[in-house]
Amino acid sequence: MALELRNITKRVGGDLHIKPTNLVLETGHFNVLLGETGAGKTSLIKLMAGLDPIASGQLFMDGEDVTAQNTQTRNISLVHQFFVNYPHMTVFDNIASPLRVAGMAKSELEDRVAEAADILQLKPMLDRRPHELSGGQQQRCALARAIAKESKAVFLDEPLANLDYKLREELRDQLPELFAGRGAVVVYATSEPEEALLLGGKTALMNDGCVAQFGTTADIYRNPQTLLAAEIFSDPPINVAEIEKRGNEAKMGFNISWQLKGDAANLADGNYKIAVRANHVLPFQTEEASVPITGHVLVTELSGSESSAHFKAEMADWVSLARGVHPYHVGEDHQFFMNPSECFVFAPDGTLVG
Amino acid sequence: MQKRSIVTIAYILFLLLPIYWLVAMSFKTTNEILSGFSLFPETFTWENYAVIFTDPTWYMGYVNSIIYVTLNTIISIAVALPAAYAFSRYRFLGDKQLFFWLLTNRMAPAAVFALPFFQLYSSVGLFDTHLAVALAHTLFNVPLAVWILEGFMGGVPKELDETAYVDGYSFPRFFVTIFIPSIKAGVGVAAFFCFMFSWVELLLGKTLTAVAAKPIAATMTKTASNAGYELGLLAAAGTLTIIPGAIVIYFVRNYIAKGFAMGRV
Repeated sequence: MALELRNITKRVGGDLHIKPTNLVLETGHFNVLLGETGAGKTSLIKLMAGLDPIASGQLFMDGEDVTAQNTQTRNISLVHQFFVNYPHMTVFDNIASPLRVAGMAKSELEDRVAEAADILQLKPMLDRRPHELSGGQQQRCALARAIAKESKAVFLDEPLANLDYKLREELRDQLPELFAGRGAVVVYATSEPEEALLLGGKTALMNDGCVAQFGTTADIYRNPQTLLAAEIFSDPPINVAEIEKRGNEAKMGFNISWQLKGDAANLADGNYKIAVRANHVLPFQTEEASVPITGHVLVTELSGSESSAHFKAEMADWVSLARGVHPYHVGEDHQFFMNPSECFVFAPDGTLVG
Repeated sequence: MQKRSIVTIAYILFLLLPIYWLVAMSFKTTNEILSGFSLFPETFTWENYAVIFTDPTWYMGYVNSIIYVTLNTIISIAVALPAAYAFSRYRFLGDKQLFFWLLTNRMAPAAVFALPFFQLYSSVGLFDTHLAVALAHTLFNVPLAVWILEGFMGGVPKELDETAYVDGYSFPRFFVTIFIPSIKAGVGVAAFFCFMFSWVELLLGKTLTAVAAKPIAATMTKTASNAGYELGLLAAAGTLTIIPGAIVIYFVRNYIAKGFAMGRV
């Protein structure tokens, strides 16, 4: 089972809301759509679900062209960010509704509902109505409906965004297991890079109605092909700075320079952009983090196990993220150290060169 | 505390007094009503009610009213549901103007339409039928019902529609088995207001009927007839007229509070 998008676009008025998109989404792992709000994740899901018309291009499910097929016959499931259940039906009827519509025999239907309710710990609540459930239970009910249907494709549109922290972690841990071995193509939209990494599988980085990069999640995290991809897949925001390369030396501003190694050292001399994630800019020197940067601390955040500092250095905004609690003084200068081997080097047009 | 309850009690008494007076009168004889001022019926009688429930010219008034009011409520809601759905879910050219225009229909008094309706219905043979009154009242009730229902539908997220389509529901099946049940409070409120308007509206009901579909309110205006004033009878008829409204309002009282909260009642 695979979902194949060929040059799919969506038009709103005169504008291309989704620019020609090509993707092959397969079963067996999570397919994450990662991007900020407004990047086109929900739009793309609606196109695949047939809820919005595809302006041009084709959509294939299992090799079959379903571009013109309506939503009802596509055999798919959808879980929204907001907990959407049928308010007048009990949890049992909610989970059973797609099966009833399909005309399934009563005994099989009951088995399926029981199985889904069991996996999602909804057994004691089958007779209740959605408004009598907590937010987490309501979303589990929506997930149970998607699972019981055993559809060919499951679209999860930021399903955890409206849950509180603890429930989110709990349910996120369960998700891959829930859909494992069911043969459905799972598409998961999120705006959090961390979530994409935790869910693994493959990730499509989205920005402004385009897929910036698509591939194995860990792979594109380590090797973003463009500066844009690196920016989408970084939280806190990735640090970007301009360097001038001369021979083996990279020079940033007037005071900072280091020796380039590997591919980057073989580049032609000239101006480049580097990008380095916040966790490779540390408030102390290590063997790897060796390039000193003096920064003027603007904002600091302590989150228990980690502390981050936003600082200004060489006319650019930087973020440092380090384990442990570090004593920063807002408004004062602090010495930071960057790990040059974790720098991505991009040509001025934003493509990765080293 | 004491003071507050005094004001409340006084207010309730003020509201209930006319209703009490009507009910008390309905148990008096006409002679007693005319002879003086009494708080309780001196000679308690069921006679007035007995007349209403045995004389077809009286009880058929109620039957007629109930028939056309029910008919009107059904037609109004049936027409308003899809219209309100369109207004709440789709953007189309002139949608806001059309929505406002619907409401302007309610700005004219019913009397304005009495004459055109009379002639139109006479020409197509609808005069003196229940359907005539029911249809005439939809002119006022459909806009009101659309307005109320649109408010309730706006409170249902569009994601519910999408989820249902994904689950395999066709549009008609979704609309009837999922969408309407999830706004049943709104349907209740809209039905209540249609019912009440149609139930108390006198002018069109009287103009468009003669004998076969004559409403109770029209019957009541004719009691000052050959036998002189039958005030006791009139009071009994009035009391019975209040009852259906009271019953309906009892069932939808919670929904109406919800409707007020949404600003659509």
